[in-house]
Amino acid sequence: MSTSRQYELVYIVTPDASEAQIAELHTQIEQIVQRYQGTFDKTENWGRRKLAYEIGHHREGTYVVETITGSGELMKEIDRRLRVIDQVIRHLVVRVDEELRVAERTRDARKTTQARRRTARGLPPEPQPGEGRSGDNDQDDDREGVEVQR
Amino acid sequence: MSDERGGGRGRGKSGDRDKGKGGDAPRRGGFFRRRRVCKFCAEKIDYINYKDVRLLAPFLPERGKIQPRRISGTCALHQRKLQVAIKRARQLALIPYVTD
Repeated sequence: MSTSRQYELVYIVTPDASEAQIAELHTQIEQIVQRYQGTFDKTENWGRRKLAYEIGHHREGTYVVETITGSGELMKEIDRRLRVIDQVIRHLVVRVDEELRVAERTRDARKTTQARRRTARGLPPEPQPGEGRSGDNDQDDDREGVEVQR
Repeated sequence: MSDERGGGRGRGKSGDRDKGKGGDAPRRGGFFRRRRVCKFCAEKIDYINYKDVRLLAPFLPERGKIQPRRISGTCALHQRKLQVAIKRARQLALIPYVTD
């Protein structure tokens, strides 16, 4: 029954945590993911970074970004666990699959309209390298087309 | 950059007059902001990533407040997405809530 959705989890570990402790945290999360039959997609360790503001007297923190596919219950559990662990000074769970899908859809839609307009003007559907003014701006191209008719 | 754009538009001047409000005249507040094109539309950024501080930074003036649409020129759709991204980045201490 479990629905699978993609989530992004970012957590900030205290600057005084050792590498081993961070690795241990990671395995803890991995275990939770496995228990709930989720999958681990990606981990990214940004390393130590300055915080934009103080969190619990810390000015720095180690950022870890994880991409996880799983159910809502899984993320709820992770959220609960991270809340309890003192080493994690801040965490955020964001559902990303829908946003990425929307982004993909708009990109595809733009591509098809661009191809349609270009073929209507008797051009090859894909923009050629070195074509147009600096960069290549679809909207500007359209506006120019109108001006030429005038 | 803006010069280039002005040059391209020059031909269609008559039709553009209503759109180009205050195009050449300096703004009242003495501010020099002319970019009236949505950055995300122009650069075709579909997904505004909250982890990309470099992307969000131009929309946060010194004080750290979110820049209004009337100044940045961002379109409504992207301003809405930008707003969410900025708020997420703030939670993660990537961006300050306030700076004084």
